[in-house]
Amino acid sequence: MTTTSPSPTAPTTQEAGPGGVSGRLILAQTVEQLPAALRKLNPRHLWRSPVMFLVWLGSAATTIAALAQPSLFTAAIAVWLWLTVVFGNLAEAVAEGRGKAQAATLRAARTDTPARRLGPDGGETSVAAAELARDDLVVVEAGEVIPGDGDVVDGVASVDESAITGESAPVIREAGGDRSAVTGGTRVLSDRIVVRITAAAGETFLDRMIGLVEGASRRRTPNEIALSILLTSLTLVFLIAVATLAPMADYSGAPQDVVVLIALLVCLIPTTIGALLSAIGIAGMDRLVRVNVLAMSGRAVEAAGDVSTLLLDKTGTITFGNRQAVRLLPATGIEESRLIDAARTASLADQTPEGRSVVELTERLGAPATPAADETRFVEFTAQTRMSGADLPDGTQVRKGAGTAVSTWLGAPLPDEIAQLVEEVSRSGGTPLVIAVRQTDDASATGVALGVIHLKDVVKPGTRERFGQLRAMGIRTVMVTGDNAVTARAIAEEAGVDDVLAEATPEDKMTYIRREQEGGHLVAMTGDGTNDAPALAAADVGVAMNTGTAAAKEAGNMVDLDSDPTKLIDIVEIGKQLLITRGALTTFSIANDIAKYFAIIPAMFVAAYPSLDRINVMGLATPQSAILSAVIFNALVIIALIPVALRGVRFRAASATSILRRNLAVFGLGGVVVPFAGIKLLDLIVSSIPGIG
Amino acid sequence: MVMSENAAGLLSIGVLVAALALIHAPLGDYIARVVTARSHSRVERALYRAGGVHPDAEQSPRAYALSVLGFAAAGIAVLMALQIGQGLLPLDRDLPGVPFWMAFNTAVSFVTNTNWQPYAGESTMGFAVQMTGLAVQNFVSAAVGIAVAIALIRGFTRERHGSLGNFWVDVVRITVRVLLPLAFLAALVLLAGGVVQTFTDTAFTGLSGHRQVLTGGPVASQEAIKQLGTNGGGFFNANSAHPFENPTGFTNLFQIFLLLLIPVALTRTLGSLLGDRRHGYAVLGAMTILWAVSLAVTTWAEVAGHSQVARAAGAAMEGKEARFGEWVSALFAVGTTGTSTGAVNASHDSLTPAGGGAVLVNMMLGEIAPGGVGSGVYGILIMAILTVFVAGLMVGRTPELLGKKIGARQMTYVALYLLATPVLVLTGTAAAIARDSTLDALGNPGGHGFSEVLYAYASAANNNGSAFGGLTVTSDFFQITLAGAMLLGRLIPIVLVLLLAGSLARQGRVPSTAGTLPTHTPLFAGMLVGVIVIMTGLTYVPALALGPIAEALA
Repeated sequence: MTTTSPSPTAPTTQEAGPGGVSGRLILAQTVEQLPAALRKLNPRHLWRSPVMFLVWLGSAATTIAALAQPSLFTAAIAVWLWLTVVFGNLAEAVAEGRGKAQAATLRAARTDTPARRLGPDGGETSVAAAELARDDLVVVEAGEVIPGDGDVVDGVASVDESAITGESAPVIREAGGDRSAVTGGTRVLSDRIVVRITAAAGETFLDRMIGLVEGASRRRTPNEIALSILLTSLTLVFLIAVATLAPMADYSGAPQDVVVLIALLVCLIPTTIGALLSAIGIAGMDRLVRVNVLAMSGRAVEAAGDVSTLLLDKTGTITFGNRQAVRLLPATGIEESRLIDAARTASLADQTPEGRSVVELTERLGAPATPAADETRFVEFTAQTRMSGADLPDGTQVRKGAGTAVSTWLGAPLPDEIAQLVEEVSRSGGTPLVIAVRQTDDASATGVALGVIHLKDVVKPGTRERFGQLRAMGIRTVMVTGDNAVTARAIAEEAGVDDVLAEATPEDKMTYIRREQEGGHLVAMTGDGTNDAPALAAADVGVAMNTGTAAAKEAGNMVDLDSDPTKLIDIVEIGKQLLITRGALTTFSIANDIAKYFAIIPAMFVAAYPSLDRINVMGLATPQSAILSAVIFNALVIIALIPVALRGVRFRAASATSILRRNLAVFGLGGVVVPFAGIKLLDLIVSSIPGIG
Repeated sequence: MVMSENAAGLLSIGVLVAALALIHAPLGDYIARVVTARSHSRVERALYRAGGVHPDAEQSPRAYALSVLGFAAAGIAVLMALQIGQGLLPLDRDLPGVPFWMAFNTAVSFVTNTNWQPYAGESTMGFAVQMTGLAVQNFVSAAVGIAVAIALIRGFTRERHGSLGNFWVDVVRITVRVLLPLAFLAALVLLAGGVVQTFTDTAFTGLSGHRQVLTGGPVASQEAIKQLGTNGGGFFNANSAHPFENPTGFTNLFQIFLLLLIPVALTRTLGSLLGDRRHGYAVLGAMTILWAVSLAVTTWAEVAGHSQVARAAGAAMEGKEARFGEWVSALFAVGTTGTSTGAVNASHDSLTPAGGGAVLVNMMLGEIAPGGVGSGVYGILIMAILTVFVAGLMVGRTPELLGKKIGARQMTYVALYLLATPVLVLTGTAAAIARDSTLDALGNPGGHGFSEVLYAYASAANNNGSAFGGLTVTSDFFQITLAGAMLLGRLIPIVLVLLLAGSLARQGRVPSTAGTLPTHTPLFAGMLVGVIVIMTGLTYVPALALGPIAEALA
């Protein structure tokens, strides 16, 4: 029931791997979004980005100049300046467009089915879902769509949440406890529940999700604001450098046309990053959506990049969540095959994961995979006996259970040797189960403890390596578990975490988070229960599981629709990738200016100072072709970098120094070198145009 | 046997670097102890009582900044009064009162640690003005610069703290415990080296039979602090090219040593106070790279003599002292422009176009190689913040420097700081060059004339104070606009630095992990240099193209 394909409404990844996007798709989206980009030419839209607004003003001024004194050069500059603005808009439109498509599928889930509201007298009235208020009680039965977010107050039902999560396997929702939250827009598959509405219409989870993926509720993040301040001040520096250049050029006997000055200004101001900045932010949120994580704010994504302490739940994140049999330890004088046989017999009917793992282990150790003999009577685990096992037709009773339970059953203390084995297994963090046999027809005969099964929390493969990578990135991992300190420490050792929070209560988590934060660390954690809510709210990145309670989802700043606690690590990487992309493109944008100077400065002043031709290192054909080539390059580089902005710079877990080295080489050095080649190439083409070359 | 010019030049550089390497560490550590000491000496207590200062009360960033501004305003008023009314003072050598705007320009110049001199020292200022006015500002303006740098460092070292220390205590301690003893020792060395210290003039009959009067003065004592405090205002018009100010090759090298001493030592102070010596070395490394490249370019330009005139004459010696030669003149020029000192031992107008361009760029870097006393450290820390902001993002964290987050507020201060000086330099130059009357004030036509104006505003706004020469700056327009550039170029950055320091001090500290961008490595020093060069280049290349670049390529 978990193998059907994702529902068509699911915001899952249908492209190049998790969170990835193929180049061809971006190209298609780019073409598709052209009309949207043109609509954004309205200067009111550009006011938010001073850099692009200045380009808009420059384009307008150049257009007026081109109309007043038509020339091919001026017209070409005007066209390419407008294209610069369009390309910038395009980047944003493409990024937003991807969200819009997802929002449309989500909207489809927001049907207007009438809700069955329960009156105080128990009578039902049919009202529109939009009219529901907080604390209204509604009845939902099999086949009906849940009209709004709420908590189940009565009943238990299986619910198809694929509209939200893309996961087609139904989940159980029941009154009370941590599985009581239901989401509006999801469908009840079986049974009948009564739901108390917790969110008014328009404020439901689905509404928020739509707002988030559409980017409608997008606010600029703190780092984006800081970067904008820097970009604005750089823009001002260049504005002044170019404005003051006019009188200086006049003095030097090389008066400059205003079109040339505008071209120089647009080439110098950081248009590349200015154009791509908001697309990078939207794409970062989008990458999270693609791994089925919803960030309630861009701020949270940014914080994820800064996280230096990860609180990870042991169960499900670090271990598989079930203890499994890993070893059989026979007592002296007991043949191993006898123990294997007994362990298998005692566990054949045990359908718990532990029991099944014992059977699997015995088969791995060579026991034949035969069913139990016919008249075998299985003894189920009860809270009184705390043992399970089987009574064989020949009168042999086999039991497995905790040491104390088995000792009571045997009516004698366990032999020293067995007690020692039990102790050993416990100390290593495992759970010991003692296997014993007894003959019923011989009442006087005491039973025999054959040996011990070593049950163990099995750490997921690759965990150690993953945590090693996190450590290299400067992130401490803390395992949170309800286990006792001994067990916890043993697993922590095996998984390679940096710290353990054993026998953890929600208060302990809270204290730990506060302590870390006081030391200046940023903390990320996952949680699902209502009692996790305060810690989720306190954490810098609090990821609530979608299966969790409404309180938990409200408190966190992200929701993981798959309810997979290992996502935390992906989230951190996506946060880092977002910041890296921003920094890399800023560096690239600024580094580009060097080549533009080499193109434009000699072009402007070679008439007055022929010696300046010596810095025309690219050998550009004419002053006009040089300036036009620089302007065209400046515009085209925006288009060329849209895929980088949307996909993000490739990220691999490594130390800050080695990440920096790599990105500096690619985007710093590349940013210096690439435009030299690009402008030269464009000049070869442009200079062949009559009237410019 | 006479050592070759090149060997002597290299030896001078070697001795200079060795001496700085040896002394900067103990001096830097000493300054760190001075600014963190808890006790006050008797002299200091007396000064605090006289000034009504509670030495143990700390100041908020706002109060600290207002103290700096108030102190500057008072300093300007006193200096102006002294100059205008110097006829009433003793030891006035019968010189008339200084004209108003020149007095204003000079007062601003010395208070802002610029020491731009629109006047000729020996024929304008009496001994009383020199000693009680100009020399006093040479001490305290240097102390203010160091105090501001220390306040910024406190911003980094303090956590969740609302104050930055006490401005008055910082200035008094730095003056009394650091500058005065050092200047005293330096003056003794200069005296021993032949610098004059007298209140009388010397009259003699020269070889030609004419009777000459050579102006003397209390030079050695002024000379010491002029270099130590990266002030640069000469007693004589010829500054350190005057044989009474700078008689020998030894005093020349010693003066270069003095002007580099405190700026270099302060990088050690930075490392000591941060408890991160390696960060201090990274900063010093970046400064050294910039200084070394500038020195290499200037020396190459001067020694290789890349101008037609120089080639014809056999060497580029016009405007330089034959006593010092090209190597040491280049060393002096790079030191004085890299430190915001502005003292000169040669006419910068007479440097080759490439050499002149290099020293001009030195100032445009923002005086950080190694910069003025204090201003070098806070200037380069601003650039370090810019570096971590751009590059830091590339490691996948929001930017931080030394455990402090660089957010929107911090970036606002940094952005305004980065805007301030270029705006002053470029608008000043553009306004001046657009005036017809400026064409008459130029010493040369064309690109060289343009360089003279650009140099003047770069020197004023960066508080260097050296003059390219050639340009006549005595008109009210130049007196006022250059004074404005000096005043705003000094005080705007200082106020921004103090507000920045306050916002940093209020923050907690982010612990350093493997995910943190390390700021003590050669990689960081290299990035810092790259950011400084690119920022300076992008801002000034168009203007430089019309002056030194066009000339140098010709």
